[in-house]
Amino acid sequence: MSGGATAAFLESGMRFATPLAYAALGELVVERAGVINIGLEGAIIGGAFGALVFAGAGSVALGFVGAAAAGTLVATLFAFFVVTLRTDQIITGTALSMLGLGLTGTLYRTIYGSSGASLHTPTISPVAVPVLSAIPIVGPALFDQSVVTYALYAIVPLLACWFYRSSAGLALRAVGEHPEAALGAGISPARVQWAAILFGGAMGGIAGGTLVLAQVGTFAEGMSAGRGFIAIAIVVLGRWSPLGVAVAAVVFGAASALQTLAQATGWSMPYQLPLAFPYLLTLVLLATARARTAAPSALGKRLP
Amino acid sequence: MTFFTRAVRSQAGASAAAALLAIVAVTFVVMAAGYDVSRAAAALWDGSFGSAYSFFSGTLQRATPLIIVGLAVAVAFKAGVLNIGAEGQLLSGAAATITAGLAMSGWPAWLSIPLELLAGMVAGAVWAGIAAVLKRRFGVLEVISTLMLNFVALFGVSYLVHGPLQEPTHTYPETLRLAASARLPLVVPGQQLHLGFVLAIALGVAAHWYIRSTAGGFRLRVAGEGPLAAASAGRVKVDQVLFGAFLASGAIAGLGGAVQVTGVTYKLYELISPGYGYTAIAVALLARLSPFGVIIAGVFFGGLEAGGAGMQRDAGVPAGFVYVIEALVILGVLAVDRARTLAAERAPRVMGETEV
Repeated sequence: MSGGATAAFLESGMRFATPLAYAALGELVVERAGVINIGLEGAIIGGAFGALVFAGAGSVALGFVGAAAAGTLVATLFAFFVVTLRTDQIITGTALSMLGLGLTGTLYRTIYGSSGASLHTPTISPVAVPVLSAIPIVGPALFDQSVVTYALYAIVPLLACWFYRSSAGLALRAVGEHPEAALGAGISPARVQWAAILFGGAMGGIAGGTLVLAQVGTFAEGMSAGRGFIAIAIVVLGRWSPLGVAVAAVVFGAASALQTLAQATGWSMPYQLPLAFPYLLTLVLLATARARTAAPSALGKRLP
Repeated sequence: MTFFTRAVRSQAGASAAAALLAIVAVTFVVMAAGYDVSRAAAALWDGSFGSAYSFFSGTLQRATPLIIVGLAVAVAFKAGVLNIGAEGQLLSGAAATITAGLAMSGWPAWLSIPLELLAGMVAGAVWAGIAAVLKRRFGVLEVISTLMLNFVALFGVSYLVHGPLQEPTHTYPETLRLAASARLPLVVPGQQLHLGFVLAIALGVAAHWYIRSTAGGFRLRVAGEGPLAAASAGRVKVDQVLFGAFLASGAIAGLGGAVQVTGVTYKLYELISPGYGYTAIAVALLARLSPFGVIIAGVFFGGLEAGGAGMQRDAGVPAGFVYVIEALVILGVLAVDRARTLAAERAPRVMGETEV
């Protein structure tokens, strides 16, 4: 592989990784509060649709606001059922994935007609950082991306700081490890989980918005294409830490980019192999003791 | 006690209340979206139960995989195994079935059909077995592992129909079609309903009998009620029961894939399952994990999907709307269940109340 091809591969890998990183960082916060949100897919597709509606009415910036709002809306429903009503997280999440996919598809056809394919939103283009983007091989991947990607460079360390250095971050992790003990320490587990889920929904919505506003430039039914589930895999692969999740998102992004590369260069390897690889890696990693001890102890359990 | 809380105290009443809640919500959504409700309802009825054709070739044919996979989910959930990988198990079952069926081309039907179905069940059990072993040996959450395996199965099927199993002209990403002798026979003259539906009903009856009347079924229920119940019931090896339930669930889901291949599609392609494994979760839940309930809920959802296609054709309501209905049914069940628990906590215990 030549230097130019490698640079192009890395660049598209980062592009694929960006929405995955947003969704996975949101899910990370949710899971650290002891909740697994399988309905993230619903928040992502909701965000994509919200981006279409709001960007169509205004600007790209408004589109991102709409995306985050739509993702939060889906998450509100999830939080109400799971935290307030204490329903099963897996079943509720499955329902919200279905609801998000079905409702956006229906609304899209209702509002924009069945031939809405020609509908385009404004998009944000990549902004090359002077000098840095000229670094060979990795320059374009890291420094010739959209603002959405650059924002992640700040979000990941901030989130890590917040997790391990703030009392709110400690409260979040306490709820995910031992809600009874957190309650004893004067923390309301229900309130913490509500906040975490709403944050996760907004991040999922932004992930969907990124698909529309920074990549495709339009909405398509089911365009979230399983990214909500991929994000859950990324959180596991990243061993429930912000930096780990960011790296894992790049691994999954690179796998998608490898597929396009394999097809473009007429590689003899079946293109499904790189796509399946991150999932297999996650499974293998789960079987190791280190990954299991990294999982929040109360993950998936109902509050008492 | 109000009429509503009294009604939802019975299992069937609770399911009906949930379905009613969902229907009310759906009507609101259809109205808000600006469609003609009466026309949409008529189209839904015509497409699902309104004629012999729509009932046998539409509703019951679509209900078949939902009943079988719904039973797979119910068996696992009953034991407390959260197998959300029925989709992947169904896909691996479908892949094994087509491989076996094409290899046995020319064999007599009495031999090839049972072997095809067996291949599907074994493949489904093996696929679930990966997650079962990971859970038993390494304590891996089955919710995450089965979800991962769904994706691996999807890419596996994609590889097979683009690679080794692709039809000889290499034009379409699909396999050759099964020979007539390798297909499930049709059971109603002039309709597309196949033997798989009869199998689905038989399986539901067998599962009901097994769970209710055998020692194995007792252990399954006890294991699902938690470690405390298992300890008080005596020597129930929970690990072993969960492992067995996991494999059985995979085998049944694999059978669902086998039946779909031998009874409906006759070939394998990427989108062979429009998410049966996920819809089956809704089916099993609406049925309260009862096998007879799964049959009824499966026919209900089969009717919704057949009717949904009719709504799109006649009233212009997008087909994706069916997912909205399914989701609202699940949320309805969850909300009604919660109301039940609250009512039970507040009111004094009533004699003869059924167990939750």
